[in-house]
Amino acid sequence: MTTTRDNGLLADHTNLAAALPGAGAPWLDALRADGAKRFAGLGLPTRKDEAWKYTDLSALARSRFAPCCGAAPAPRSPEIPAPLVADGPQAVFINGRFDAELSTLGGAPEGVTALPLAQAMTQEPKLLESYLGRVAELGRKPLVALNTAWLADGFVLHLAGGVTLTRPIELVFWGDACAGDDRSAWHPRHLIVLDPSARATVVERHIGRPGGHFANSVTEIAVAAGAALRHYRMQDEPGDAAHIATTEVVLSAGAAYEGFVLSTGAALARNQIAVTLQGEGATASVNGAYMGRASQITDTTTLIDHAAPGCTSSQTYKGVLDERSRGVFQGRIVVRKDAQKSDGHQSNRAILLSDRAEIDAKPELEIYADDVKCGHGATAGELDDDALFYLRARGIPEHEARGLLIDAFIDGAIGEITHETVREAFRQRAEAWRQGGAA
Amino acid sequence: MNILSIKNLHATVDGKEILKGIDLEIGAGEIHAIMGPNGSGKSTLSYTLAGREGYEVTQGEVLYKGQDLLALLPEERAQAGIFLAFQYPVEIPGVPTVTFLKQAMNSVRKARGEKELDAFEFKKLMDARLKELNIVNDMVRRPLNAGFSGGEKKRMEVLQMALLAPTLAILDETDSGLDIDAMKVVAEGVNALRGADRSMLVITHYQRLLDYIVPDHVHVLAGGRIVRSGDKSLALELEEKGYADIATAAA
Ligand SMILES: Nc1ncnc2c1ncn2[C@@H]1O[C@H](COP(=O)(O)OP(=O)(O)OP(=O)(O)O)[C@@H](O)[C@H]1O
Ligand SMILES: [Mg+2]
Repeated sequence: MTTTRDNGLLADHTNLAAALPGAGAPWLDALRADGAKRFAGLGLPTRKDEAWKYTDLSALARSRFAPCCGAAPAPRSPEIPAPLVADGPQAVFINGRFDAELSTLGGAPEGVTALPLAQAMTQEPKLLESYLGRVAELGRKPLVALNTAWLADGFVLHLAGGVTLTRPIELVFWGDACAGDDRSAWHPRHLIVLDPSARATVVERHIGRPGGHFANSVTEIAVAAGAALRHYRMQDEPGDAAHIATTEVVLSAGAAYEGFVLSTGAALARNQIAVTLQGEGATASVNGAYMGRASQITDTTTLIDHAAPGCTSSQTYKGVLDERSRGVFQGRIVVRKDAQKSDGHQSNRAILLSDRAEIDAKPELEIYADDVKCGHGATAGELDDDALFYLRARGIPEHEARGLLIDAFIDGAIGEITHETVREAFRQRAEAWRQGGAA
Repeated sequence: MNILSIKNLHATVDGKEILKGIDLEIGAGEIHAIMGPNGSGKSTLSYTLAGREGYEVTQGEVLYKGQDLLALLPEERAQAGIFLAFQYPVEIPGVPTVTFLKQAMNSVRKARGEKELDAFEFKKLMDARLKELNIVNDMVRRPLNAGFSGGEKKRMEVLQMALLAPTLAILDETDSGLDIDAMKVVAEGVNALRGADRSMLVITHYQRLLDYIVPDHVHVLAGGRIVRSGDKSLALELEEKGYADIATAAA
């Protein structure tokens, strides 16, 4: 009955799981076992799954993975960039495992718990037990199940009520796999819990060296009443990596989540986010920019669930696709029956720089309430010829003119980032990508 | 040697012939006005000279300072000193006007082997021009032409011309949509640029502009050809009689 190919993703789970951090705690053992069982049943999704119609994981499924366990030290010394915000706290993960030596977390202020998951298993078992696997329910989500089966390390951030973290916490994920002929996979699991009226900003940077790794992360986020989280992700994995990131967010009354993903790296990247607006008056601003070249595939899949009245959601995505790259955008807004006065908007605009580049866009509105303001818009096209000519007619060489227009276009999404320093850093990264040969 | 020498120029757009044999000589320091009915090919001529894609020259030649203009890319033409003030300036959201102006200026300077301006030098230059042209500082901080009024867009064209100091300026209906005060400011801007080494091709529907920018020659373009040429009195005659007579008389 199992549909999982024997590709090593679940190899020797029973034995290896017994050696994972926290093993022996009944709830955790059960959670991992449940993940393993479900993944064994589901296997990696195929294009027959509606949610994976446009993104093909068959190459991943055919790969052979090294057994997934134990600390996997980087064979070469990692290059960890300075934090985006000078002297800010930085947690560094090497091949999915926290590295205390490379990290500079400093002492956490009063009311703040900020520590690696493996450590939280002994220090904060109650917190983990109440949230892990509860925000991101396993259901029929094979990648969440796989992540849960190997749940071992990641980052845990908990802010007590009313606490404000002034500087962003930065998480750096350095991937530098070395498993002989086999590919390496890791499954970081993060938990962010903000108690009422707390405020924090979290920045993730995903970088590394080529080695064909597969990073399959799951982030569970619970934002309590009146609390606010800003969550910025820069996905700049090496060109042969696979990056699948699942983010699940639950917002209580008046809570706010602002998310941004700048996706430029990996051979195959999927950033999927599900936000449930569960309390009245919650707001979600979920945005991103994706940029691809060569034969990169970058997939953005969003689900915004208006489950309570008077909530607001907005999504602004921009994509620039060059050469034979492919973008996928699946954006779904659900407004439940009782969620009157919902305001949900979504826009996805892509520019194709080459006639071999492609975008598949599937916006979906599912509205069961009658008093709502919802809308979506999707466009795909080339750079504006009139604008290009206008700039060139002023003496600006074509490649520079194209660059100006691409930067301006992407800026329309990056401008949604409300943290100034982060916004500037993301802008620079997008510009650097563009100068890397596209225009 | 003339600045611009157009000989038997034929051009098509989307396979349709719009310019049907234009001959025009513009000497150094001269101002030529082109008038003509809607759809006669005035903008087509200006785009063809500026090098817009899709405007295909099927016959004839254009020499700019004795050089084959048609072989140059649009940016090379601009760098060589040709400036087209667009009839419909393009809105470019997301590109701050001042960023664009600086990049345009430095592209042109670089191509001419001149030193690029730093932010400070550029600002000084720009501020001086803004003042002359009565443009509020605030406008250049906005995205290029985005949401500008018709008149503001035209003024922005003149600002660009003043900054780039071209050898040959082509003004495609720069006066359209301007109130009388704005038109005077624009005319002053143009006149300030007048000089022995600067030529202009002024496309307009209104003789009024030519009271301020007095042309050396006036041409009538109809049906893709220059059907009449004369001095500035021709503009007055057109104003009185309209194009119908002239076009038929010439046919
Ligand atoms: N892409 C195109 N395909 C076909 N015909 C075109 C195209 N672009 C322009 N034309 C035609 O070329 C002719 C000349 O247009 P042009 O814009 O040069 O006129 P104009 O003299 O500048 O007019 P106006 O005074 O209204 O500005 C018009 O008949 C116009 O419809
Ligand atoms: Mg015209």
